[in-house]
Amino acid sequence: MSMQLTQILAEVAPHFDGYVYPNEAGTHPLWGVLIVLYPYITGLVAGAFIMASLVRVFRVKALEPVYRLSLLTALAFLLCATLPLLCHLGHPERSYQIMITPHLTSPMAIFGFVYAWYLMAVLLLELWFDFREDFVKWGQTEPGLRGFIYRTLTVGVTDVSDKAIALDHKLSWIISIIGIPSAFLLHGYVGFIFGSIKANPWWGNAIMPIIFILSAMVSGIALCIFIYMVLTWLRRRALDVRCLDVMGMFLFYALVIDATVEALDLIHRAYSAQEGFYVMEYMAQERLFYTLTIGQMLMGTLFPLLVLGALQVARKFIAGTVRTTLYFTCSVCILLGVLAMRWNVVMGGQFFSKSLRGVMSYKLEFAGAEGWLLGLILLSLPFIILTVLIKLFLSESLPTSGHIPHRIDNP
Amino acid sequence: MLATFGGVFAGLLALPAARALKKKFRKSPAPNGYDARQHKWLMCIDVDKCIGCGLCADACKSENHVPEAPHFFRTWIERYIIKKPAPDSTAVRGEVEVDSPNGGRGGFPPTLVPRDEILKSFFVPKLCNLCEASPCTQVCPVGATFDTPDGAVLVDPTYCIGCGFCIQACPYGCRFLSPVTKTAEKCTLCYHRITRGLRPACVDICPTQARVFGDLKNPLENDPLQAFVQKNKVNTLKPHLGTNPRVLYANLDKEVR
Repeated sequence: MSMQLTQILAEVAPHFDGYVYPNEAGTHPLWGVLIVLYPYITGLVAGAFIMASLVRVFRVKALEPVYRLSLLTALAFLLCATLPLLCHLGHPERSYQIMITPHLTSPMAIFGFVYAWYLMAVLLLELWFDFREDFVKWGQTEPGLRGFIYRTLTVGVTDVSDKAIALDHKLSWIISIIGIPSAFLLHGYVGFIFGSIKANPWWGNAIMPIIFILSAMVSGIALCIFIYMVLTWLRRRALDVRCLDVMGMFLFYALVIDATVEALDLIHRAYSAQEGFYVMEYMAQERLFYTLTIGQMLMGTLFPLLVLGALQVARKFIAGTVRTTLYFTCSVCILLGVLAMRWNVVMGGQFFSKSLRGVMSYKLEFAGAEGWLLGLILLSLPFIILTVLIKLFLSESLPTSGHIPHRIDNP
Repeated sequence: MLATFGGVFAGLLALPAARALKKKFRKSPAPNGYDARQHKWLMCIDVDKCIGCGLCADACKSENHVPEAPHFFRTWIERYIIKKPAPDSTAVRGEVEVDSPNGGRGGFPPTLVPRDEILKSFFVPKLCNLCEASPCTQVCPVGATFDTPDGAVLVDPTYCIGCGFCIQACPYGCRFLSPVTKTAEKCTLCYHRITRGLRPACVDICPTQARVFGDLKNPLENDPLQAFVQKNKVNTLKPHLGTNPRVLYANLDKEVR
């Protein structure tokens, strides 16, 4: 009998090297591709918002063409940020309990409030104050359903006197200032969800929230570059190369800090070589080789770092078309690299046993709740929402108020 | 904006009431009249006494309707085989091989390690470590998993949202997501039994009394628990994590994690 059972066990679990606790093998991996997407999407939100803040708070004039686009990108991704979590829950119908009876010592419990705060009190309000003047104008000129949507979005506040508009922009500026720490909080919190798990030496790390925030900034700026370039090409317009240069510059600076902190983490792990280091080293070399060494380090960090660094030094000698191609390539590499980083954090933490005696392997399925098809759908959803938002609010046929945020904010 | 602040403020005010209601309606496996504050349960395990028969894992599965699949266990047995060091090595011990086929249920098949290469081997029963500072309870986002005053850590399956955070937070691999209920499941110390004056199923069935169980607040005459603690030097699993486990092991080898 026991031999038969052992054979069953061997058939069920051929993908383990060494010893893993029986329960770890039962639902492996517990957190799959959906939980990889959750910090990825949330990071893109935070990064895109910080990108927009560069215009409004830090008065970076050159980035004005992407200000509204960045905010709408942040909104589109924020609307989808909790979907992977919900799809992953054993009982999604009970998820409201996180908000009603949150367990206050849980990092996950407070995320609901941080998310709600960021969506309602920061992003939607900032967008509303920024667009209100246009809503009023478009509500009067646009016919049919579009006009109705704009009129509804004004919520009856149709005062577009200079005083009212000045107040709008002042409030928008204040919200933007509140928004920066909120964006840090939103994504730092996601980092803390992993960093707080002391049972897992791959996750339990005090600088995990910082790594998450920095990589979020990098991915968010890269996403804004990507979306701006794709949108401009689709519209057959000329790219604003100066805007791209400035975005590239900020992307480079963010990447330098991000790469430094991540390298520090790696060096500290390797140097201190604490309990379980060898099993993690084996895992990183064997199970995460393509996503960690190739995806995250070479493609997502080193290559863009060199290219963007070279562009900072030798920008004058490189033609505009070559620069734009390089920016586009770097942004795609970084977007994929940060996705690989999220994979390495989430899956890496589950590829080795907490007994520190075994390593597990994992093959991503096509269909099912943890399959890459659902992941792809969830990752496409923000782009679909963004398309609708752009059609509604950034359509070229709509006249904009032409206000320049930083000038109005600080007369 | 005011409405948002108002909503958040009202929500915060409603929290204590909602939590009190949740506690009131939480279904307890204990019988009416059982006062958890009058007890403090403790489990001790003598590694040297365990023979790896696996009856405890079997009894646990039957008693608690643990899913039959060979990867879900509230308690399981690990077999440690410490090999002799290589002839030219200066190490005192060789490689360590650990296995737990089917959680040790039904006993262990003969090892593939040749007999003359084995320095020593032993079995280690594992279960929820009943941590004083339980990380699983700490991270549960809805409070579905909770510490009882008598020392058990329980999960309310009607409240658990199945996020798996507690499973990730448990350093000992004692929790799993039930494929049946889609909620977290773990050893309850057979709470339905101990609150009725019985012992946990694994303790009852152990033929060598490797598992010793008792109530610190109501010690028996010649209490086996007190005798165990007096006689043995005890240790806990992964003490460096600061979880303060209340499952105490005697004769624990450093290789056991």
